[in-house]
Amino acid sequence: MTPAQEPLLQVEHLRVELPTRRRTLVAIDDVSFSIMPGEVLGIVGESGAGKSVTGAAIIGLLEPPLRIAGGRVVLGGRRIDDLPYEQMRHIRGREIGAIFQDPLTSLNPLYTVGRQLVETIRTHLDLGPEAARERAIALLGEVGIAAAAQRIDHYPHQFSGGMRQRVVIALALAGNPRLIIADEPTTALDVSIQAQIIALLKRLGRDHGTAIMLVTHDMGVIAETAHRVAVMYAGRIVEIGPVRAIVDAPRHPYTVGLMDSIPRIGGVRGRLKQIDGAMPRLGEIPPGCAFNPRCPLVFERCRRERPELLPSASGAAACWRFAEEGARAADG
Amino acid sequence: MAELARAPIAAPRRLPRLRRFLDGDLLWSFRRSPVTVGAAVVAFVIIGSAIAAPWVAPHNPYDLASVNLMDATDPPVWLHGGSWAYVLGTDNQGRDVLSTIIYGTRLSLLVGVLAVVAALILGVALGLVAGWSGGIVETMIMRVADVQLSFPAILIALLIDGVARTMLPHNVQAEIAIYVLIVSVALSNWVHFARTVRGSTLVERNKEYIQAARVIGVRPWRIVTGHLLPNVLGPVLVIATINLATAILTEATLSFLGVGLPPTQPSLGTLIRVGNDYLMSGDWWIALFPGIWLALLILSVNLLGDWLRDALNPKLR
Amino acid sequence: MIAFVIRRLCQSVVVLLTVALIAFALFNYVGDPINNMVGQDTTPAERVALRHELGLDQSFLVQFARFVGHAAEGNFGLSYQEARPVGQIILERMPATLELSFVAALLALILGVPMGIYTGLHRRSLLSQAMLTTSLVGISLPTFLIGILLILVFAVMLGWLPSYGRGTVVHIGWWTTGLLTISGWKAIILPAITLALFQMTLIMRLVRSEMIEVLRTDYIKFARARGLSNRAVNFGHALKNTLVPVITITGLQLGAIIAFAVITETVFQWPGMGLMFIQAVTFADIPVMAAYLVLVGFFFVVINLVVDLLYYVVDPRLRIEHEHAAGG
Repeated sequence: MTPAQEPLLQVEHLRVELPTRRRTLVAIDDVSFSIMPGEVLGIVGESGAGKSVTGAAIIGLLEPPLRIAGGRVVLGGRRIDDLPYEQMRHIRGREIGAIFQDPLTSLNPLYTVGRQLVETIRTHLDLGPEAARERAIALLGEVGIAAAAQRIDHYPHQFSGGMRQRVVIALALAGNPRLIIADEPTTALDVSIQAQIIALLKRLGRDHGTAIMLVTHDMGVIAETAHRVAVMYAGRIVEIGPVRAIVDAPRHPYTVGLMDSIPRIGGVRGRLKQIDGAMPRLGEIPPGCAFNPRCPLVFERCRRERPELLPSASGAAACWRFAEEGARAADG
Repeated sequence: MAELARAPIAAPRRLPRLRRFLDGDLLWSFRRSPVTVGAAVVAFVIIGSAIAAPWVAPHNPYDLASVNLMDATDPPVWLHGGSWAYVLGTDNQGRDVLSTIIYGTRLSLLVGVLAVVAALILGVALGLVAGWSGGIVETMIMRVADVQLSFPAILIALLIDGVARTMLPHNVQAEIAIYVLIVSVALSNWVHFARTVRGSTLVERNKEYIQAARVIGVRPWRIVTGHLLPNVLGPVLVIATINLATAILTEATLSFLGVGLPPTQPSLGTLIRVGNDYLMSGDWWIALFPGIWLALLILSVNLLGDWLRDALNPKLR
Repeated sequence: MIAFVIRRLCQSVVVLLTVALIAFALFNYVGDPINNMVGQDTTPAERVALRHELGLDQSFLVQFARFVGHAAEGNFGLSYQEARPVGQIILERMPATLELSFVAALLALILGVPMGIYTGLHRRSLLSQAMLTTSLVGISLPTFLIGILLILVFAVMLGWLPSYGRGTVVHIGWWTTGLLTISGWKAIILPAITLALFQMTLIMRLVRSEMIEVLRTDYIKFARARGLSNRAVNFGHALKNTLVPVITITGLQLGAIIAFAVITETVFQWPGMGLMFIQAVTFADIPVMAAYLVLVGFFFVVINLVVDLLYYVVDPRLRIEHEHAAGG
């Protein structure tokens, strides 16, 4: 990645709202980030932080009544958040592939995996039935399914969970996209399978030059896989930066908490730390910094004003403590 | 359902409960839906007028002194030959159509409500027995229910009604027709109650509080009435509301087919049957107005039932 | 697969026997059919002779065994009312009912399924709302009332269509059909619409709710995320997944059509089995009632069987599990 390169995906000040019958809730608030070609960006946070909604907003598949209320999504220099359905669908699968959390329910049970692959390939690439089938077999082989030529005519229920997730990955790759949004791709799988799937994703991304937006709640997966990471909390990005820098020196107290909750092999033995309390629900986000009720380092300003992302040497963090340190450093 | 289950314990807090009801989602969803409010108004008018028939109806159709055959088959007031004395016209015997409708609704509702109550008692009892006792009793009850469920209710009711009327002597048939009708409609409708109650009973039976009650030696009868029954009542009430429309419809159909209430004791279905004979001669109002009345009644009860089901349990849809 | 079919056939026979038993047991203890057949001045001796002739003096089991044996041959004894074989009467009446039911079922499916798909896909459109409201009215209107209204408008007021009967029928062997003459077609329109309307609204609502359910599933979201066209997602993926429940209920509803024909045939004086049944009920014609009950039971069992076999065609999960079971 040369710095001069254009970003593949730019998300700018994205805001997603959820109108309810009494008031409008904000699911995603002022989220901005970018992904370079071939880069793996991890999005991490607890469930309900808005990670999946961000992914759905990018591919234009927000479930009503959720809706984009502001900001832009730009893919390869072209704005895509306001495209009509028919144009957007040529981007889905062709430019941006998607992988969902549960491989058991992501495949249509009534069709063979081959049919689903061929259908996707022929939607996006100008191939005849024979060529599409050959590509489907090749894809299945590439994601590590043995005897792909026979397995292609099997139905989803004849595959195990891990194998099905491989099929899902093959489907996401079918249109040769430049970006894959993987939404918790390993959460529903056995722990022993998780590592294989992550390794597969990593390898495929490298081989095809595909950028990956990896949504997960597992900081460990991010640390191993991603180039950069964005930490989300209550619908906002609280810290973003290169993965090494953030793992080594997390700035935001929430990121610190997430890091402390990773079990480490060979690390100092002791109790795993956990973050007290739970993330506020959508309607109950407190004023000031959303993390303030759970923050061990909270002070008065956190309860009053909301911190914005402030750039630092290792990215950016939205924390008053960090901001004030920075100001003192600048003064001194 | 859980709300209902706790009702006996929470009785002293009735006032806050009412408050909660008025502020709550039930009333909110009611006021939000103009269709539901409209249905409630229509149902109120139809049911209210039926209950207050002697005071509301312009004539008493059963009072032979007030019936004049000279006035037979008069058209409604807005047609040539109509008069304000008989707003919706008169039937073939000179009875005021509006009055026969109001009195007929009374009978239709009576049969419908009593049939639902009977079906509810029978169905809940059999469902509890089946769910509680298990074994061969359960198998037999549920097998009968399954076979019956695979036939349309109207056919079952028709059959029971037909059987009953062939078993009974001709001279008492007209008098007890209404009871026969109630029984046949009830017997065609108990299955839904039984299946639901059995399902809930099976779930509840294995819960710890029931196990505990059994262990400390509470009598089965006490467990069933004191613990199981309150827990299964919620869905039962929803089914009852929806079944009321079905019961009224079944009654009307049987009466229309000539195996329900006799013309001397006409329900809405009987009125339509009688009027049907005069349709071809152009006296359409005799059949049409009771028909519209019946349709409005069933539609409004259906709408209220749908609303209740959705409001109480959004998942049922 | 074959084992499955045999097992289902056995179950069907049991259900049929149960229905036959209920039909027979019920009617064996009901009323005194002799009273309906003879006048007041018949002597007791003549009554006994008639009872003997009709086999009404034999034991329950003997009568039931004979009943089942004869039923299997299509022999349901003599009608009390017409004093001729019930089988013959039913054979005369059956084509009318089956033809009416078939046309009504076709109508209900052809209109109900597309309307259900449309209202499921376009939930908030004005047309959907209109269809749903109309369907609620359709469900609330009693069948006989729909018939009366249709007669009033199209037969009495407009005079376009006949209000009763089958029109001119053509004999093809023992079968009679009204579908080969213009008057036959004219005669079937109103009864078929009457019979179809309720089933149509039901099918429409069912397809709609299944469609909405399926559209919420992950594999539909994933199909959209793969960039498939709306058409492929809605019709290729969603519709096929709604088929299993739709086939079940629709199959049962088609059975219900034959039963609901009783009402429609009464309104339109359609000379089918339903009208025959109502006449039998009013006359306490026990053999006819029993035969009708067994026949309807038979139709239901056959329909259930067909429904089960259709599952196999639609759902590969069943197919393959059974292949495995058969192989292992």
